[in-house]
Amino acid sequence: MKWLSSKWLAVYAVVYMIFLYAPVILLPLFAFNTSTIIAFPLSGFTTEWFVGLWYTDTLHIALGNSMFVGVTTALLSTLLGAFAARASARFAFPGKTGIVGLIMLPLVLPEIIIAVALLVMLNQLGMPLSLWTVVGGHVLICTPFAIAILSSSYRGLDRELEEASFDLGESRWGTFRRVTLPLVLPGVISSLLITFTISLDEFIIAFFLTGTDVTLPVYIWSQLRFPAKLPSVMALGTILLLVSVVLLIIAEALRRRSAARQGVDTTLAGL
Amino acid sequence: MKDTHTKPMIVIDQVVKKFGSFTALHGISAEIREGEFFSLLGPSGCGKTTLLRVIAGFEPPTKGKVAIGGKDMSGIPANSRPTNMVFQSYAIFPHLNVEENVGYGLKTRKMSKADIARDVAEVLKLVDMESYGKRKAHELSGGQRQRVALARALVMRPEVILLDEPLSALDKKLRDQMQVELRSLQRSIGITFILVTHDQEEALIMSDRIAVMFDGRIEQLDTPEGLYRRPVNRRVASFIGVMNFLPAKVLGVTDQHVKLDIAALGQIDVPRHDIDPAFDIEAVDTIGVRPEMFTLLADADDTAQMKVQGEVVDSEYYGDMTYYSVRLAGHDTPVTISMRNTAGRSVVPPGSQVTVGWGADSIVVFKE
Repeated sequence: MKWLSSKWLAVYAVVYMIFLYAPVILLPLFAFNTSTIIAFPLSGFTTEWFVGLWYTDTLHIALGNSMFVGVTTALLSTLLGAFAARASARFAFPGKTGIVGLIMLPLVLPEIIIAVALLVMLNQLGMPLSLWTVVGGHVLICTPFAIAILSSSYRGLDRELEEASFDLGESRWGTFRRVTLPLVLPGVISSLLITFTISLDEFIIAFFLTGTDVTLPVYIWSQLRFPAKLPSVMALGTILLLVSVVLLIIAEALRRRSAARQGVDTTLAGL
Repeated sequence: MKDTHTKPMIVIDQVVKKFGSFTALHGISAEIREGEFFSLLGPSGCGKTTLLRVIAGFEPPTKGKVAIGGKDMSGIPANSRPTNMVFQSYAIFPHLNVEENVGYGLKTRKMSKADIARDVAEVLKLVDMESYGKRKAHELSGGQRQRVALARALVMRPEVILLDEPLSALDKKLRDQMQVELRSLQRSIGITFILVTHDQEEALIMSDRIAVMFDGRIEQLDTPEGLYRRPVNRRVASFIGVMNFLPAKVLGVTDQHVKLDIAALGQIDVPRHDIDPAFDIEAVDTIGVRPEMFTLLADADDTAQMKVQGEVVDSEYYGDMTYYSVRLAGHDTPVTISMRNTAGRSVVPPGSQVTVGWGADSIVVFKE
């Protein structure tokens, strides 16, 4: 009986993995296929779709826009996240649970609702749509992630460590530089990478809030109207997938290293 | 013990500490002598850690002041005081190795690398950690972390080392060993140590003097022996070791003695030489006797001053000692009696009728 249940559990796990990753594996598969029609059987191997990306100027502009939005979002949301994480880890204040809950709410709100609401508000305020409005929307959805990551860093940072530094003759600034910063730095970098990745891949908010300057996902969406462009979208998708996965792996590795240093739980349960 | 013990190193003068509406310290005054091993002993929440943090400079006192080495410390922050702390969590910097941890404070003094390395090596040798210099905190055991935390404080050559429950995270055996080590280290280097602990046994073993604290006040400040033999009130008496309390009535007072009528023990003249002259002797309503001051008498043993009959209710065997619960004739609440398990003496089974010997010298008097 036990054997049976463990066997079915294994089958379930495999099926689940196929469901999760098979479509993703199709992406690079068709990106290297010679035919412009996305269907089996594969007709031959080519890298022309990747080479073609190199000569597409509109793509480069979209990439530049995405980099600007991604980097700005990562910096702002990590900064805001650091303040909130320190406050929630260190201080008790009235309404703390409610306030933290409200900050974390965008994590579960449907993005399309956030996007529409922001668009309505921006129109009411008479603000023109630009990459900055996209940044605003992205900071809203990225900050909860930054808080979750940085909270575990700050929770692991024992208050007595900072007191010990001060007691040993170090100044407040010296304590921050020699104790606080080194201990939360892996968390900060992890937060920057994850928020950057989220912003880079985000479509709905970017689609609603961007003006004439499109970000990469919005560019991809616009290309999908032309069947002939599909393989190059596949190629672009493959690159994006690779970059995202690498960034997330680095971020998680850093987060675990920082947690291990402080001797706290290294699983994702802390999030 | 050195004779430098007489000079005050720390003077605590009427220190009050309030957190909002809660008063943690109610006007504490005490003098801690140079080279002394001084303990702040009390249950959790008695204010002992707060007092230590006031001395360290982490908490400014609401009222009163602290002087260290004759210098008023008001307004002087923790990083400029001649004190260093061993934290309860040890607070070893997790991103630095043992040497870097110990050298942390020296680096703020702009010392040369060679000087820092020399001092660090010297102090690591002192705490028996010289072969662990490159280890990180998570590679150390609890006892080793404790040594590193101590080394990190010692290397600063402070005038006072403050220890906040430094042994509470260790297991019993290691704790016993570290108590002895800490004590002998303190004696050999002669620095003033102030230890915060809730463990009365630890305080008795290690300290030259102990301040027993309850509810933000010092109830008694005395040597370990003084606290054990002459506790000033019932609270101190029951916190330090075990004390049997028996109701008593004052029958008369002379210059030499006080005549008491004690439940189960009867009428007795208690000598006054151990009683504080300021104590209001007429108000005595309770006496205390330590468990080892009672003796279960064998038939032949006749040397005890006084005798009373009793019945063994229960016993706890500790190997070297046996603790008996004995109901004395004429008193319902059993008293605790401890007996050393010497050769040829067997444990007395419950239900046995026994003769209990005791002496008038062993009696401590209390009033409500």
